[in-house]
Amino acid sequence: MLCASGRLLAAQAATTLPAPPQAPGPALHCRRRELHFPGYPELPSCDPLAGRLVRQSVPLGRRAIRRRGKMPPATGGGLAESELRPRRGRCGPQASRAAGRDVAARAAARNPKGPAWGSRRFETASRWALLALVTLLSFATRFHRLDEPPHICWDETHFGKMGSYYINRTFFFDVHPPLGKMLIGLAGYLSGYDGTFLFQKPGDKYEHHSYMGMRGLCAFLGSWLVPFAYLTVLDLSKSLSAALLTAALLTFDTGCLTLSQYILLDPILMFFIMAAMLSMVKYNSCADRPFSALWWFWLSLTGVSLAGALGVKFVGLFIILQVGLNTIADLWYLFGDLSLSLVTVGKHVTARVLCLIVLPLALYTATFAVHFMVLSKSGPGDGFFSSAFQARLSGNNLHNASIPEHLAYGSEITVKNLQMAIGYLHSHRHLYPEGIGARQQQVTTYLHKDYNNLWIIKKHNTNSDPLDPSFPVEFVRHGDIIRLEHKETSRNLHSHYHEAPLTRKHYQVTGYGINGTGDSNDFWRIEVVNRKFGNRIKVLRSRIRLIHLVTGCVLGSSGKVLPRWGWEQLEVTCTPYLKETLNSLWNVEDHINPKLPNISLNVLQPSFPEILLESHMVMIWGNNGLKPKDNEFTSKPWHWPINYQGLRFSGVNDTDFRVYLLGNPVVWWLNLLSIVLYLLSGSIIAVAMQRGTRVPAEVAGLSQVLLRGGGQVLLGWMLHYFPFFLMGRVLYFHHYFPAMLFSSMLTGILWDTLLRLCAWGLASWPLARGIHVVGILSLLLGTAYSFYLFHPLAYGMVGPLAQDPQSPMAGLRWLDSWEF
Amino acid sequence: MWGFLKRPVVVTADINLHLVALTGMGLLSRLWQLTYPRAVVFDEVYYGQYISFYMKRIFFLDDSGPPFGHMVLALGGYLGGFDGNFLWNRIGAEYSSNVPVWSLRLLPALAGALSVPMAYQIVLELHFSHCAAVGAALLMLIENALITQSRLMLLEAVLIFFNLLAVLSYLKFFNCQKQSPFSLSWWFWLTLTGVACSCAVGVKYMGVFTYMLMLVVAAVHAWHLIGDQTLSNVRVFCHLLARAVALLVIPAVLYLLFFYIHLTVLFRSGPHDQIMSSAFQASLEGGLARITQGQPLEVAFGSQVTLRSVFGKPVPCWLHSHQNTYPMIYENGRGSSHQQQVTCYPFKDVNNWWIVKDPRRHQLVVSSPPRPVRHGDMVQLVHGMTARSLNTHDVAAPMSPHSQEVSCYVDYNISMPAQNLWRLEIVNRRSDTEVWKTILSEVRFVHVNTSAVLKLSGAHLPDWGFRQLEIVGEKLSRGYHDSTVWNVEEHRYGTSQEQREREWELNSPVQVDASRNLSFMARFSELQWRMLVLRSDDSEHKYSSSPLEWVTLDTNIAYWLHPRTSAQIHLLGNIVIWVSGSLALAIYMLLFLWYLLRRRRNVHDLPQDAWLCWVLAGSLCAGGWAVNYLPFFLMEKTLFLYHYLPALTFQILLLPVVLQHISDHLCRSQLQRSVFSALVVAWYSSACHVSNTLRPLTYGDKSLSPEELKALRWKDSWDILIRKH
Repeated sequence: MLCASGRLLAAQAATTLPAPPQAPGPALHCRRRELHFPGYPELPSCDPLAGRLVRQSVPLGRRAIRRRGKMPPATGGGLAESELRPRRGRCGPQASRAAGRDVAARAAARNPKGPAWGSRRFETASRWALLALVTLLSFATRFHRLDEPPHICWDETHFGKMGSYYINRTFFFDVHPPLGKMLIGLAGYLSGYDGTFLFQKPGDKYEHHSYMGMRGLCAFLGSWLVPFAYLTVLDLSKSLSAALLTAALLTFDTGCLTLSQYILLDPILMFFIMAAMLSMVKYNSCADRPFSALWWFWLSLTGVSLAGALGVKFVGLFIILQVGLNTIADLWYLFGDLSLSLVTVGKHVTARVLCLIVLPLALYTATFAVHFMVLSKSGPGDGFFSSAFQARLSGNNLHNASIPEHLAYGSEITVKNLQMAIGYLHSHRHLYPEGIGARQQQVTTYLHKDYNNLWIIKKHNTNSDPLDPSFPVEFVRHGDIIRLEHKETSRNLHSHYHEAPLTRKHYQVTGYGINGTGDSNDFWRIEVVNRKFGNRIKVLRSRIRLIHLVTGCVLGSSGKVLPRWGWEQLEVTCTPYLKETLNSLWNVEDHINPKLPNISLNVLQPSFPEILLESHMVMIWGNNGLKPKDNEFTSKPWHWPINYQGLRFSGVNDTDFRVYLLGNPVVWWLNLLSIVLYLLSGSIIAVAMQRGTRVPAEVAGLSQVLLRGGGQVLLGWMLHYFPFFLMGRVLYFHHYFPAMLFSSMLTGILWDTLLRLCAWGLASWPLARGIHVVGILSLLLGTAYSFYLFHPLAYGMVGPLAQDPQSPMAGLRWLDSWEF
Repeated sequence: MWGFLKRPVVVTADINLHLVALTGMGLLSRLWQLTYPRAVVFDEVYYGQYISFYMKRIFFLDDSGPPFGHMVLALGGYLGGFDGNFLWNRIGAEYSSNVPVWSLRLLPALAGALSVPMAYQIVLELHFSHCAAVGAALLMLIENALITQSRLMLLEAVLIFFNLLAVLSYLKFFNCQKQSPFSLSWWFWLTLTGVACSCAVGVKYMGVFTYMLMLVVAAVHAWHLIGDQTLSNVRVFCHLLARAVALLVIPAVLYLLFFYIHLTVLFRSGPHDQIMSSAFQASLEGGLARITQGQPLEVAFGSQVTLRSVFGKPVPCWLHSHQNTYPMIYENGRGSSHQQQVTCYPFKDVNNWWIVKDPRRHQLVVSSPPRPVRHGDMVQLVHGMTARSLNTHDVAAPMSPHSQEVSCYVDYNISMPAQNLWRLEIVNRRSDTEVWKTILSEVRFVHVNTSAVLKLSGAHLPDWGFRQLEIVGEKLSRGYHDSTVWNVEEHRYGTSQEQREREWELNSPVQVDASRNLSFMARFSELQWRMLVLRSDDSEHKYSSSPLEWVTLDTNIAYWLHPRTSAQIHLLGNIVIWVSGSLALAIYMLLFLWYLLRRRRNVHDLPQDAWLCWVLAGSLCAGGWAVNYLPFFLMEKTLFLYHYLPALTFQILLLPVVLQHISDHLCRSQLQRSVFSALVVAWYSSACHVSNTLRPLTYGDKSLSPEELKALRWKDSWDILIRKH
């Protein structure tokens, strides 16, 4: 919100400028402008190298103009500067930074303009050194004691296992997209892990299995969060101290540290989120050079990171939303710029569509393509998918299937719903409970392969055994009246005028009869979609409807999960509405008939888009299925920012090696305070600006940073936090961490700006400048000290629990809800 | 001063005959044959019981909405002299003669009737023509679903009335703002906006959506006001303050007032008592108060108590034990301690009594003077009827194997020692030496040997446990949770040392005398909290539908069927209006987007004031539709077609706005304009025709033949009842 208003202000300011010349290059320059802090000449410019080059290229004579340019940015300071800026001045060196620090350093070394600019160069070098220091510290904290504990911690049991699946190439099902697990698998593969460890339950020892590769990958990606946040804040606030503060908050946060040290999806997800944020900010600041190589580079890098974020978890949608909002605001602004022709605007739109929609989608699809290519063997996830899908998997009974082709009486079959993630028609020896329709045997759909999915297809009027060799084989034909007998319990598929358990408008479906003898409510007419009467029915390929003879309803599954009495399988109903939906269409999957010859079938090969769509449907269904059970303690979103309760990663008792995921309370509570302070100061500034209050240039510049830079970060925090309040699924503490990154960046920007404003307000006081330095330093040291206190949470602690005064953590259990 | 003598006293009355005529027609359509059918129709069965509770002054809890809506309905009953004696048990039951059907249905019908002239005024205040305004009102008038819903004892009509009132008064206020800020009418309309908003919220929580919309619109206007530099700072501050008071403070106070009246009127205990805390129940006349009055406040060693789980989920229950033991081996092959079962039991029973015993002494009676139990004291809990003490040990609980089993200790002379010491923790204590108080203290029992906490797991035991609720010892106390907290409900000082005497004493009723009252705010916050968190276990209803089916009217609700003939009432909209409403919305959005983009490129298709009108009309009408419709996609409760009606009214308001805009700005020539008007007239006649055709299903006054009914089933998904003979 605030970010947008900041932009609008800029837009208003831009319209007040004298009409820019029509030449395409400089005309664009007036739109973006830099922020300056005239009171702090020791801060050269936004960017370590950019600053140097800008100054080098500005002839001395023009510096006077630059001085004049230091008006409040909203009224044209940027214009002066950006017009004077040489073409490659601003963005060039950033590419080299992205390519790697050493390359950049070499580039800097090669720079011919040496000695005259020694002090500047020193400054730049010190900036690089600072970045290097931040990165190094981040890596050091993340890799310190990475190998401990040498047993499975918390969700490593899932994601490690899924990594192994990739190495073993067996198919599995998970509610998250595949990229994160693929990377884990790759890291494991490269580091010599052979995929043989079972990852059964937390606490199992790894022993000789190599797990450091997988943890190393996560720690490596997690370590980049700090420099990314540093650079993002630096770009947004143009202030080294803000960036440093942010970096310190993240480096010294025990929560981020813990989360980056294990085989989890979160470090990978956060890496991509932060990368997207950083490249978005970078490409925003390249906006004065549209279509330059650097602009394309950051724009496409944004797209790539978005694809990565979405490819790891669907939480990536939030950062996509943020980039989307930013892009819309950006385009809206360009569209309103009358100096740009519609063709140019069209080019802008196309570039963004290409880089932010087409490219990510292509990459995202590519990860799925790799996923399906790698996982070619049958595994535990088969039953979630359609028959056609399963036929792709070697080892599945449908792969290169050899079964009787046409359905005949007496065959044992399994019947699968065509709707995704519904499963097989199933029954078991349990009755519907009292008060829910007739007290007869339950009929459900079930996603896993099981003997209770087997049905025998029989003629409706005779009970003779069709497998008797004296009878000829009789095929089932379209329009026949049949009876389906459940093989294990010998009850018939039955329906009657009772309400179905969940979908009250439908009729109940039960298993009825004894040893196959029931009543006329057991008769069903079998119909094939789009075929003529009298035709045979093909296994796998025919799409079948079963129509109840007496009531005229159609057998279907509502896809709703039955309560505990139905073992949380899905409801089967008979729907009186004859709408043709996938839920009421079935196909025959397994087919066993000893009297028929087996024929090798070329099963319908599903196309890639079909597979992709199907796997997404299954994932969405799976995510919705993760509902909290009754009376389960689940974490509530409002717990998170106050650091109310952590997650136990490893160990319970005082003899165990305990790791506890909990944010560093000092950092987190500071973040919380900062959000409140930000809202307060932000609204004061916004109201003042709306009232048209005249403020000195310096304050105006600072409030721009607060509104625009802080606004973007605040938007990120809101987008990564508030949607969780609407989610029905099970939530955990670690879902907050992406939001926490944004909130730490906000803290950095806010405190730096506030301290500067403070220093400015007390300018008459001789030590005013010191306020800023002292404030930032004390924040930095305070965070570091709190990390010293709380570091055992992340690096592991042994010994008595914190209640015990003997414990090293004694006195640090500030909230009763913390359990360490 | 004597001026009135110099000039004649003249009273000029402007009577807008449009308005009068529309009001008359609205009243006619809504009040005609109001008492028919003289039987319970659909949700009347639901609201009726609450009216009866109001008439009988019995406390109830309804999680569907705040009490104002119920109170409005009850007011009708009060005016009609209803005594509350009617058994609301099934739809279609004939009303007995003591039920004043007319006055019960009167208030919703009036609300529905007044919505018609209000639609007229709203469109007028949006600065559209009289013609468009009359059009909007006429559409409201003939919309079948709105007629059906207003003619019955239901709340949607009242909600829609307050929604429209809020919009209307805000518009009046906004128009006053330009001419005469801080004038009397300015204050009046501003205050009325706040009042109408809080009434809408008070009728149904859905009203919050409209309230939010009004707040957002008011905030945007206030933001413009802040930017208006011709106003002085003080004046801007006054403006903001007035808005904050009228739109934030007044609604909050009114909302509290509804609850205040609710709690003052309903002072008797009733069937929903058990959902509330013991303290709340004790504040009601009769019920628990009758039992707990006069019981000693401080629990002492030797006290006899019943312990109620504060959590109360899935049902409120009391700590209970009985002679039966846990089965030696469970179905899944795990073993138990085979000691006496401890459960949580949702009914009052003599087996719910426990005696608080001092572990250091043997006596089970209260010494004189009584020694109160304090926070941190060690206690044993002895079951009154069996004299066995509460025990837990390292054996897996029957349904939750991760927790410890809780039993009453039976000594089988085997290796399982008694572990029956518990430490008392008062959760809501003020100091660490606080005394354990009846009803008021919320306590946890922490096991001394294993530091497990006594907890209600929420699982039901199988048949061997008589389907009572499972009690476990939670080893990992993951912070505070209500399921581990208990309070003393009934309490008396034990006097009999002998087991037999004690049994007799336990079976005798408790002796009685003073009362403890909760403050209003405490009662309000508890009631509000329970209303918000209470999840009625609503499985799907036969006529429930999903939001997607509403826009195209793919569903209906059969409200009532005549017991003998095939006369029937349905909630079924006028499909022409529904479809054209959705179309108008789509056209509005497209046009708005088009104008917006063009304006951005500095092409002004509309003059500035027309554009502002167009935006304001859109943000109120299209915005009203969106806020009243889209949130339903996120809701997980059972939804019905009538939930769409508030959104529909906003769509109906938008329809003439769009039509007039097309005629004014998009029809280029006079010819086009005439053709367009003719089309509009034709369209409106078809809407009237549809409305008239569906009339028998709206009023239910005419019995149709099966063929006629079949002919009315225009969509396969409509469920029209056809009798089989």
